[in-house]
Amino acid sequence: MISDIINILYFIVPSAIFYAAPLILVAIGGVFSERSGVVNIGLEGLMVIGAFTGILFNLFYADTFGDATPWLALIAAMVAALLLSLLHAVASISFRADQVVSGVAINLLAIALSLYLVKKIFGKGQTDFITERFGRYSVPVLSDIPFIGDLFFKSVYNTSYFAIAVAIIAWFVIYKTPFGLRLRAVGEHPMAADTMGINVTKMRYIAVMISGGLAGIGGAIYAQTISNDFGHATINGQGFMALAAMIFGKWHPIGALGAALFFGLAQSLSIVGPSLDYIKEIPSVFLLILPYVLTILALAGFIGKANAPKANGKPYIKGER
Amino acid sequence: MSNRVTNILVPLISVILGLLVGAVIMLISGYNPITGYTALWNGIFGDLYTIGETLRQITPYILAGLAVAFAFRAGLFNIGVEGQLIVGWFAAAYVGIAVELPKIIHLPLAILAAAAAGALWGFVPGLLKAKFHVHEVIVTIMMNYIALHVTNALIKTVSGGGDRTEKIFTSASLRSEFFQNLTEFSRLHYGLLIALAMVGVMWIILEKTTLGYELKAVGFNHNASKYAGMNVNRNIILAMVISGAFAGLAGAMEALGTFEYVSSKGGFTGIGFDGIAVALLGMNTPLGVIFGATLFGSLKYGALNMPSEAKIPLEIVEIVIAVIIFFVASGYIIRLLLLRAANKKKEAK
Repeated sequence: MISDIINILYFIVPSAIFYAAPLILVAIGGVFSERSGVVNIGLEGLMVIGAFTGILFNLFYADTFGDATPWLALIAAMVAALLLSLLHAVASISFRADQVVSGVAINLLAIALSLYLVKKIFGKGQTDFITERFGRYSVPVLSDIPFIGDLFFKSVYNTSYFAIAVAIIAWFVIYKTPFGLRLRAVGEHPMAADTMGINVTKMRYIAVMISGGLAGIGGAIYAQTISNDFGHATINGQGFMALAAMIFGKWHPIGALGAALFFGLAQSLSIVGPSLDYIKEIPSVFLLILPYVLTILALAGFIGKANAPKANGKPYIKGER
Repeated sequence: MSNRVTNILVPLISVILGLLVGAVIMLISGYNPITGYTALWNGIFGDLYTIGETLRQITPYILAGLAVAFAFRAGLFNIGVEGQLIVGWFAAAYVGIAVELPKIIHLPLAILAAAAAGALWGFVPGLLKAKFHVHEVIVTIMMNYIALHVTNALIKTVSGGGDRTEKIFTSASLRSEFFQNLTEFSRLHYGLLIALAMVGVMWIILEKTTLGYELKAVGFNHNASKYAGMNVNRNIILAMVISGAFAGLAGAMEALGTFEYVSSKGGFTGIGFDGIAVALLGMNTPLGVIFGATLFGSLKYGALNMPSEAKIPLEIVEIVIAVIIFFVASGYIIRLLLLRAANKKKEAK
């Protein structure tokens, strides 16, 4: 019995961390944007562009850059998604568009544009499979620790460590630096922040661009570790799942990290679950809807109250009360 | 320039800009935009069959647009039309398969089931908004995914492990021999009449009833409405329920008219999200929704002709739609530019 459970853990925990990596990055991106007061439901679309660019870069430059290709593809994906997020920034900050509507447009645009280009370039609905993938990696000393080493440090994808590191850096930036203080200030009370000499528009632009960049990286990691090609169903809701993780994590980087890990667990359970004892008894639909149900419950205050930044979603108009 | 004129100009300019952006993208990627848009035109109006199919496509768009617009008027953003449509689709198909009744009972029952399922899916975010002040956007997004996974699981159960259900009994079908003969056997069905009737229903609710008056008041300013003695919470819930019912009906159109079955889905139908575009373009008025639905339904169906006739990926039309939404949403800047242009004219005089 106990050895059964340990075996399940050996199987589940690494796979949960594996599935969580893209979610963590995209959710952290969401934290930046929404903390500054800009709702970003375009995360899904930004992830799509990231995944598309990542796969394209990987396919075209694998021969040139060899092992480094997947990492360089992340940079390309970051730039592409950052540019797309600028569109959201211009609409929702400068043009005072409804931020949710603008986000919807970003989502539609991203999937349409990338599929259009895929069909143009490959002449079919999806790309070829990539050859250069992210490697697995065992941490030298730590992986020798019994039990814990096997769970967390043996043949883990580098990208998972990268994602966790980004979450911790994000926490430091948002809570321990002047930049972070200003970011939170414009999201809570932009007028007060403006009075104190903070450039609200600039801060929001920066925050949206950070969210775009991180979402792009997240999408590229998803594409280069989980799907390995790009088609219309590659991202399929991962961005919204990340949005859910951000809310479930109460707009806090470490909270989002924890929520993303938990959702990663639910996702991996719904995929590998049928091959495991005990877990295969649970119909997979419950695992599939678990993240969404939990998010609704969290919002309703059943699992601690989740409060959005006060000025979230409201365009800032100078001089308006 | 009067407010009314700008209200009509903003969507019009957005559509033109959207089509222009589409043309530029086609040019850059090495296609001829004229060939492309000709193919699109032929895909919409080519012959009687395509016209019938275009009208068939417009039908659920009208209802999805009404759903979004109705919630908007009460100050709510129902981004969950997609999920409400999916559960409505399943409910209608299930009633269509599970029992066989005389048409006069069966068809209304199946339609009502769809509306009820959609209404239930709208009730949850409405209740959470009213009681716990939870923002409806997030809840409805989450409800979309719950709808997708739950209906997929139910379809599996109903069909005995398969990916799609059997066909519904003809007693629950909206198919119309009359329309089919008129349009060279397209799948145009009586649902179009239901959709148009619902446009009237929405207009009556909003303009001729106390409920509609209160809903609009809550949409404008819920504090003032509360002060005036209106039950704001009840109105929020009702707005979401009615909006969800419209969306559920859109699902019934697919279940009882177009497909006559329901199959499990890898992703969303997109009709619900396009409903946002429809409502925005129609300025959230019942009549405007007809225009928005006609435009987007036509674009969507006509696009299917682009790959075969012009060898252009049909996604170009989705790009155009996204760009149109983008411009309509950024109406502020278009208004500003219009105002400046008008002022300049005045000065010149």
